[in-house]
Amino acid sequence: MSSTTAVGAPSRLRLPRWAAPAGVAALIVVAYLVFRGTGTLPHDKEAPQFLAVTELREWIDEHRNESPLFLYFLNYIRLFVGSLYDLFSGALTALGWPGLTGVLGGLAWLAGGWRIALLAVAGVSAFGVLGLWQSSVETLALVAVAVLLSLAIGVPIGVWAGRSARVRRAVTPVLDVMQIMPTFAYLAPLALFFHIGAPAGAIATMIYAIPPAIRITALAVSEVSPTAVEASGSLGATGRQTLFKVVLPLARPTIALAVNQTIMMALSMVVIANLIAAPGLGGDIIRGLSRAQVGIMLPAGVAVVVMAIVLDRMTTALARRGPHARPRRLDLAAAGALAAAGLALIPVLPRAWPEGWTLNVTAEINAVVRWAETSWYPVTTFVKDQTSVLLLNPLESLLTSAPWWLVALTVLAVAWRVSGPRAALTALGCLLAIALLGTWEHAMQTMTTVALAVLITLMIGLLLGVAAARSPRYSAVQRPLLDAAQTMPAFVYLLPALALFETTRFTAIFASIIYAVPPVVRLVEDGIKAVPAEVVEAAVSAGSTPGQLLWKVQLPMARRAILLAANQGIVMTLAMVVVGGLVGAGALGYDVVVGFSQRTDFGLGFVAGVATVLLGVMLDRITQGADRRPSPHRRKST
Amino acid sequence: MGDSPDSAAISVRGLWKIFGSRARKVLDSEDRHLEPAALREKTGCTAAVRDVSFEVRPGEVFVVMGLSGSGKSTLVRCLTRLIEPTAGTITIGGEDVGRASPARLREIRRHQVSMVFQHFGLLPHRKVVDNVAYGLEIQGTPKADRHARAGEILSLVGLDGYADAYPDQLSGGMQQRVGLARALAVDPQVMLFDEPFSALDPLIRRDMQAEVVRLHREVGKTMVFITHDLSEALKLGERIAIMRAGSIVQLGTAEELVGAPADDYVADFVRDVPRSHVLTLRWIMRSPEPGEALDGPELPATTLVKDAIGVASASARPIRVVDGGELAGVVDRVDLLTFLSGQDTPAKAGA
Repeated sequence: MSSTTAVGAPSRLRLPRWAAPAGVAALIVVAYLVFRGTGTLPHDKEAPQFLAVTELREWIDEHRNESPLFLYFLNYIRLFVGSLYDLFSGALTALGWPGLTGVLGGLAWLAGGWRIALLAVAGVSAFGVLGLWQSSVETLALVAVAVLLSLAIGVPIGVWAGRSARVRRAVTPVLDVMQIMPTFAYLAPLALFFHIGAPAGAIATMIYAIPPAIRITALAVSEVSPTAVEASGSLGATGRQTLFKVVLPLARPTIALAVNQTIMMALSMVVIANLIAAPGLGGDIIRGLSRAQVGIMLPAGVAVVVMAIVLDRMTTALARRGPHARPRRLDLAAAGALAAAGLALIPVLPRAWPEGWTLNVTAEINAVVRWAETSWYPVTTFVKDQTSVLLLNPLESLLTSAPWWLVALTVLAVAWRVSGPRAALTALGCLLAIALLGTWEHAMQTMTTVALAVLITLMIGLLLGVAAARSPRYSAVQRPLLDAAQTMPAFVYLLPALALFETTRFTAIFASIIYAVPPVVRLVEDGIKAVPAEVVEAAVSAGSTPGQLLWKVQLPMARRAILLAANQGIVMTLAMVVVGGLVGAGALGYDVVVGFSQRTDFGLGFVAGVATVLLGVMLDRITQGADRRPSPHRRKST
Repeated sequence: MGDSPDSAAISVRGLWKIFGSRARKVLDSEDRHLEPAALREKTGCTAAVRDVSFEVRPGEVFVVMGLSGSGKSTLVRCLTRLIEPTAGTITIGGEDVGRASPARLREIRRHQVSMVFQHFGLLPHRKVVDNVAYGLEIQGTPKADRHARAGEILSLVGLDGYADAYPDQLSGGMQQRVGLARALAVDPQVMLFDEPFSALDPLIRRDMQAEVVRLHREVGKTMVFITHDLSEALKLGERIAIMRAGSIVQLGTAEELVGAPADDYVADFVRDVPRSHVLTLRWIMRSPEPGEALDGPELPATTLVKDAIGVASASARPIRVVDGGELAGVVDRVDLLTFLSGQDTPAKAGA
């Protein structure tokens, strides 16, 4: 207390630090009360912007085989990717289930020994047991094509970016934007240029999965020991020799991680790509989502998760190997035997998975879900209704009834304060573009859902993160769960949400919370744990209680990590809320989904997709500056 | 061959290295004489090497010594243009390195000059033998030949039997032996050492220093050795250049540095050196006083002071110091004790 008065005394004439923000906030409130209901931009399904895009699509579809751009360029890409997909799915189908199981098992053995091989064999068999053999093979082929293309393009760019700071500076902002784009955003433009079907799906998946391939490869290359590179140069190696003999071998483990991340991204996109008629497991999932039937989508969801786990374990085993580990002869023999056995069994066993070995549980699952819905009805409905009445509805009506210029000014002010002028102007630009696109009202509704989901996500994430940072025992329990959660594709989280809350706005919120909480928890925990041990020791030896340690030392020092967690949480939540359009989230997400299912609404869906991206960029810019800017106290004192 | 005489293995004239986008501009203006901090404040550029000139004789061990940030590591990298110098000429074996084309520069690096690094720079994914053979591999030497050569070099540096190990299975000292072997494998005329032992434990460091002395005796390469450790410099260096803020403040033998420091900076540096281990009788001898007995034991002027103590204690008469068969001066017990007690100022040295 005494210290504050001592500091405050000389500057009595100056306003306290909170005065300016409080004044601005008061002004905004007054302006809202005065101008409420005026200057709103209500949604119009037949807005000229939407119709124009729909017409554009009609025109493109009619002239797809006339314009030289399509005839000599885009159609060839489509053809090439299509034949690549046919090649892969043909090969995988030709292998049949015995061959595929054997070959994949052998590869897994090479990558990480018998445990991984066992996992792979069990995983591949699971596709059959679930009765999803054919669609699993299609999904696998689609992922293979997308990942192959991503790596073929991404790794060279990554190597280039890793070796040249100029290229890195050029590539980074593009990747930043790509990474905050929700999965949906890629689909409509791709449908426009590449029509629909497997090639368009593979290209969409490739584009979505390419950022980690570039980014992590660049990181890997730039982290190569500079002395080793210099030593190579000092012995007269050419640039090529140094690249292939020193840089790439040393970067290999980290590049394996890039492969891993690319596969994971591809798996989460490959399902969504079904919206533009890409084949595979996505079909069952989207069908289940749109009919709110957990029984249809659960087996397909499990199959995708199994695929994710198998591929993840295989590639992480590869990444974890030491710099000079070579497979032992025994492992080579075992892997070879496994693959050979699988191939030898192709003529003997039927190619398709035998009917009798499948397990059809759709009806049972539906029954369980129905039981859960009815018996937990009071609880879930209470939660759902209370959030709707107390939080969602007031916030939504606040945002939609406020004049657009007031919202824009508020965004500008907040972004300026948090992230500085440049980010504020970008955010403002995005918001104005949303208004011009005719998606204002729906964007405001989506923002409401995102805001609420982010708030709850951050609260839960902070609590769990702090708990994990303080108790090693709790962290040991939580870590594997977080690891598992992060390998799961996004839509999987819709399953429990749908089972509990049916198709409502709240379903998407619930799903996005459980989707975004794991990375937030991890960032918070890591941030607190990264506080230097000496600082903690000094604070403890000065007699701090655990609470004082947390509030006065650990949380302030982990500030950057926590703000980064908030930023991540927002981006992930937005992505999920849009996917939630499939299960009744309404607004932009729903517009996007409708755009795919109904030809006449293509324009609406396309524009809504663009608006989602703009919303994402805006929210990202508002918050991202927070973790880069020095804290306000330091700024004042210098 | 240029105008540089063959007597010098390396000759450096007026070498400058200024980091920063406006390096050339700074070099052409008077700003280049500014103190480093002032220069950075004014232009944003850092002058790491400032007007350095020296010559290294063939077969010599030339040590460049300075604290961190004095520009010594930049200097050694400029010699083969791992860092491109801003100005100055460098000749190695009579050839102007600065004018060499990229291909020619690679040839110089492949066959004439090789380097040993502080953090070893070994390739963890290759066996020791392949690390050592790396320089030959990039020259295109067939595998059998380069492995044979690598095997020879490995036994030269005392790593017999480790050819098939991987670097991370070796201790730090052994890893640096691999680095040493890699530099030796290409049979260069000049070897550059960039603080090669400063990442090692003190005991291992001493072993490695002895190793370098032994190798120098056996293979007789010209060596340029960078260090921040004065005792290492004194132990290895035939001549030592002391660097400060990018310039050489003094260049001379260990004896000259300790006996006659050029300025306070150098004097401060060498203050704790046990002078009796470095200085010779030449530095403390005096003319005989009239009537002084001149029938004492006789020692050459190049005898270290510490080695004269035993002789002095065996005989009460002053030691006669001879240089080229002639009497150069005398040293008695009192002179020795005065010197050892540290009361003796190095003023005599200048005389």
